[in-house]
Amino acid sequence: MTGFLSLLRRLEGPQTVGRGRGFWGLFAVVLAVALAYPLFSDGYTVGNTVYFFVWVFIALSLCVIWGYGGSLSFGQTAFFGIAGYGYGVLTLNFGSAYGFTLVALVLAVGIAALFAVLLGYFMFFGRIAGVFLGIVTLAVTLMLERFMAQTAGPEWHIGSARLNGFNGMSAMPPLTIPWPGESIVLFADVGLYYFVLGLLVFVYLALRILMNSSFGNVIVAIRENPERAEMLGYDIRKYQLITFVIGAALAGVSGVLYTAWGQYITPSSMGMTAAALPLIWVAVGGRSDLTSTVVGTLVVLAAFQALTIYGSQYALVFMGVLLVLTVLIAPNGLVLGFMNWLGRLAARFTQRAG
Amino acid sequence: MSLLELRELNKHFGGLHVTNAVNLTLEPGEIHCLIGPNGAGKSTLFRLILGEHHPGSGEILFAGENITALKSFARIHRGLSVKFQVPGVFKGLSVRQNLEIALQSRHRGAELESEIDRLLTFLGLESEQKQTAGNLSHGQKQWLEIGMAISLKPRLLLLDEPTAGMSPEETHMTGEMVQRLNADGMTVLAIEHDMAFVRQVAQRVTVLHLGQVFAQGSIQEIVADERVAAIYLGQAHA
Ligand SMILES: Nc1ncnc2c1ncn2[C@@H]1O[C@H](COP(=O)(O)OP(=O)(O)O)[C@@H](O)[C@H]1O
Ligand SMILES: [Mg+2]
Repeated sequence: MTGFLSLLRRLEGPQTVGRGRGFWGLFAVVLAVALAYPLFSDGYTVGNTVYFFVWVFIALSLCVIWGYGGSLSFGQTAFFGIAGYGYGVLTLNFGSAYGFTLVALVLAVGIAALFAVLLGYFMFFGRIAGVFLGIVTLAVTLMLERFMAQTAGPEWHIGSARLNGFNGMSAMPPLTIPWPGESIVLFADVGLYYFVLGLLVFVYLALRILMNSSFGNVIVAIRENPERAEMLGYDIRKYQLITFVIGAALAGVSGVLYTAWGQYITPSSMGMTAAALPLIWVAVGGRSDLTSTVVGTLVVLAAFQALTIYGSQYALVFMGVLLVLTVLIAPNGLVLGFMNWLGRLAARFTQRAG
Repeated sequence: MSLLELRELNKHFGGLHVTNAVNLTLEPGEIHCLIGPNGAGKSTLFRLILGEHHPGSGEILFAGENITALKSFARIHRGLSVKFQVPGVFKGLSVRQNLEIALQSRHRGAELESEIDRLLTFLGLESEQKQTAGNLSHGQKQWLEIGMAISLKPRLLLLDEPTAGMSPEETHMTGEMVQRLNADGMTVLAIEHDMAFVRQVAQRVTVLHLGQVFAQGSIQEIVADERVAAIYLGQAHA
């Protein structure tokens, strides 16, 4: 019990923005609005909203690895793809009965994490760091894309799941919750919305606790000065590896949810554009704080969607411009930049009043 | 048994023989100063002791154990700790968090908080605790990093130019800090240019020149040594 309470105390701390009644009150209001939202909308629109939420996990993975850990990984989409395909292969072979899709979710994320253990061990214990880490991770995801793209022939299958080359794998079952009487199938509408929202809130709170723990302290210490961190007795390679694996698992969650949402996945989910987009979201939205990443990613995604109406090429150009502007004007991301600006404005206002 | 023993240590950087057959022994409880001109190889010797560099040949014994092949973090666990020449504080984090990261492996909860407070008082940084470490003055950064280094309750504290950038008063305060730590049983090896500091704290002095041990003795013996004056004391600190 006391252990649980001390965990709750870690919800706030120097590593996360937001504390006290004001913040948690706002959190409760936002959560209530999110819970009530499907009541005021239609299934199709709600399904589209889930699509946004799906991507937040991969954005959080970059927040952890890059924002907190200081290692820029270009290859989060590799774990996204591995978990997505993993979910497809598992459920196409074993079906969705007895809650197996949920098992497949966990297993697929586990496979992505395991892959990250191997890749991460090679990188961190081989002392690959900085820009080389970005290059290696990018190479890995592009290699996976190439590999999956040439699996069109019928000889490429795992059990009864055809890999299908560039056309991608499809028709895997959606997530299904076993229920006495009739199972609840989470199609891309209200059911999946609540499932993903619940998962998102859980992951967000769990990451807050993790980042404000002594583990989180070491992670940011390594970002600030790896040599100093090691000279305080921390085996930094071990911490970097664990962070990398946590990040991979988060990207894997996105991959599984994406695959279950649309019931398909293609190699281009691991391609260059796919790899670059999450980086842009978190660079623009904010990567150094969990809340900024969640809010920023959702805002950027919504803006992107709104622009795509005028043509996706313009949307991409706009993203590029936004990225450059952010890096120049608000290097910590728009959310933190906006909050700082509000703070300055308020300070000036109170100064004038006082 | 001696606390630290360097046996015939050699280190080359390309053609540069930076550490040349160095033998050095530290007795438990002493304050030992390492002096020598810039580029003599003092900081490199620290990095060899800490495992950041590996010697081409020779051995490093700590409390009788051969630690030559150990990883850095493992050497820290044996009881070594360091303040680097260029202050290595976590610039983006608060002073308090810097100390928390250093102390958290030995203390937790309320005990951790009170240990941080105690250390802040010892360092004279109470009023700076909420500041971002990157905003501290150079001298304050030195103290903060000394604080982080002693958080680990090391048996041997390595200080690389601890008073660089400090005023004479601050230098004296740092000397007193070191003496208090030493009174509590900590062995100290300090690289220092400031002879006032060396006079204040050193029980023994080793002079390093061109990677070699050039002279060794009490501060009086070193100051009186004309050869030392010729290579070092005379020129830079007349
Ligand atoms: N990592 C390195 N690579 C190459 N040369 C180095 C390296 N570190 C130090 N040196 C050289 O070794 C010599 C000794 O440096 P250092 O140990 O820092 O001297 P000190 O601390 O006594 O001023 C200098 O000539 C320096 O340029
Ligand atoms: Mg030096």
